[in-house]
Amino acid sequence: MTEKTLRKGNEALAEGAIRAGVRFFAGYPITPQNEVPEYMSAHMAEAGGAFVQAESEIAAINMVYGAASTGTRSMTSSSSPGISLKQEGITYLASADLPCLIVNVMRGGPGLGSISGSQGDYFQATRGGGNGDYHVIVLAPNSVEELGNFPKLGFELAEKYRMPCMILADGILGQMMESMSFNFDPIDPNQLGKFDWAVDIHKNGRKKNNVYSYKGDNLIADVVERAKRYGLIEKTEARFEERNTEDCDVLLVAYGLSSRACLEAVNHAKEAGLKVGLFRPITLWPFPSKRLAELAGKVRGILTVEQSLGQLVQDVRLAVNGRTPVYLNAYPAGGQPDGNTILTAVRSILSGGKEGLFDLQEHAAGFTYACQRDTSLGMQGDLKGGK
Amino acid sequence: MTIIAKKPASLTDLPMHYCPGCGHGIVHRLMGEAIDELNIGDRVIGVAPVGCAVFADSYFACDMVQGAHGRGPAIATGIKRSKPEAIVFSYQGDGDLASIGMAEIVHAAVRSENITVIFINNAIYGMTGGQMAPTTLVGQVATTAPKGRDPKLQGWPINMCEMLAQITGAKYLERVAVDSPQNVLKAKKAIKKAFENQVKGVGFSMVEVLSQCPTNWYATVPQALEFVRTKMMPQYPLGVFKDEGGK
Repeated sequence: MTEKTLRKGNEALAEGAIRAGVRFFAGYPITPQNEVPEYMSAHMAEAGGAFVQAESEIAAINMVYGAASTGTRSMTSSSSPGISLKQEGITYLASADLPCLIVNVMRGGPGLGSISGSQGDYFQATRGGGNGDYHVIVLAPNSVEELGNFPKLGFELAEKYRMPCMILADGILGQMMESMSFNFDPIDPNQLGKFDWAVDIHKNGRKKNNVYSYKGDNLIADVVERAKRYGLIEKTEARFEERNTEDCDVLLVAYGLSSRACLEAVNHAKEAGLKVGLFRPITLWPFPSKRLAELAGKVRGILTVEQSLGQLVQDVRLAVNGRTPVYLNAYPAGGQPDGNTILTAVRSILSGGKEGLFDLQEHAAGFTYACQRDTSLGMQGDLKGGK
Repeated sequence: MTIIAKKPASLTDLPMHYCPGCGHGIVHRLMGEAIDELNIGDRVIGVAPVGCAVFADSYFACDMVQGAHGRGPAIATGIKRSKPEAIVFSYQGDGDLASIGMAEIVHAAVRSENITVIFINNAIYGMTGGQMAPTTLVGQVATTAPKGRDPKLQGWPINMCEMLAQITGAKYLERVAVDSPQNVLKAKKAIKKAFENQVKGVGFSMVEVLSQCPTNWYATVPQALEFVRTKMMPQYPLGVFKDEGGK
């Protein structure tokens, strides 16, 4: 545990990763995560590790593939379009059962999109992202403190289950400053145990180790074995946080920065005499479906708040499975939620109104509102649907 | 009884799957001999490619990593930077190294990664069944160049050693062939040097091997060897393109 200090999100993440024992980092410049490779370039060598500015995101993730093969705590970071490029390496890492950490400081998409913070990569992160049947563990911090402390958690999970772990943050979280502390002492990676699967020098008579992705005839057995691990992870590793969920009429569901705006909404609601709770998934995969399903039976409606076009809401609906109406308050393309706009949507649910509730097939109310908000924040609101 | 020739200890006992007349097996053996002679077998970590040599991870007795198409030099970079005391090689074909992996090989050379790259140039995509490679000769027939490679449509073959020789970080570049006993001996010398350079910390070393692919050239083995000599060598002259090992 350290004293509280004021840190920028991306720098807390980078320092947290070094403290967590990361000794190999490869990355490529992309906004809004540049502080991560910059910090690594300044501090990795003194920690005894290696920093490489790669020629591309593809090369960076493949460098991580090589470094992770040796059992070294290895990491890369990028932002949305760069993470798309890394998907090749991520599916290979999954197929070769290699633990590593991938950080996505999300920006607006699709394509080059914008550099504004976004949550548009939820599908990509939670559905695998590359080719084939696989998952990565996805951690969704909602504070600078969690950004700094999640690399350690990420490696513990990644190494326990031999698979990649992704920290899914967003541009604002990466760029904002907050006071934070590290809840663990720096880890000396030399004190960590060696993996019996890693490639290394001086085999000293042990059987040779191969790290490989082509499985051929063994692919079925390979995927089945991995599926068993995935099942265990879904049962045991789902993490979440609850606020005011014991006695609420409307339950908000949000992760990352959106959950901070939801906390504001919960407080506003209290002042207004409304009973509103918050359920925050901390792991997006595994998704904490079981607990959400329990809560769903106790409330009048569920409102998913996300900075994307209805991605998280799909997992919420799968978990709730029709027990309760699930609504969406969406801020795609760089839009940012705040407590008041969320509260408007809550009031719509309670009164049968439409304002603030987004429906893809009937999008007037939700989108107009989000665009007005964007304009007031000085951002471009291109979508004028329903005005 | 005296043993005058034996399989290198750096190779496993697994029978290789390569087609009759293919050059891969010869090059594997030469690498195994070089590793044995340099006594670095317990320090070597190899990177196997995608393509015909995808199973090379089973043929070398050292620890091996098999990764994505073209990314060998990036994977080798990750291994070498994490285990600087390891001797790391990347084994790649022409589609792998000179097409999809062009950025990775160039920048591994730019950074002068202290790794050894063995580049098999047989002017064709073998594993996928004979498609045009970046190194396919002008006029050479491939399944994706059925009338022969036409520079107007498909450009000209790329000479990797000559290209990489422009890069300061590339320290040793030599092109060899395995078409004759004499050339096999020269290839062995070059491969050994490329490993020795790494032991000495010289920096990026690559040996390009002109290799025969009778199957996808629709040739008998003698015809294939003749093709290497009469068609490939004029486009890809053998020799040392850079040697800064001693400096």
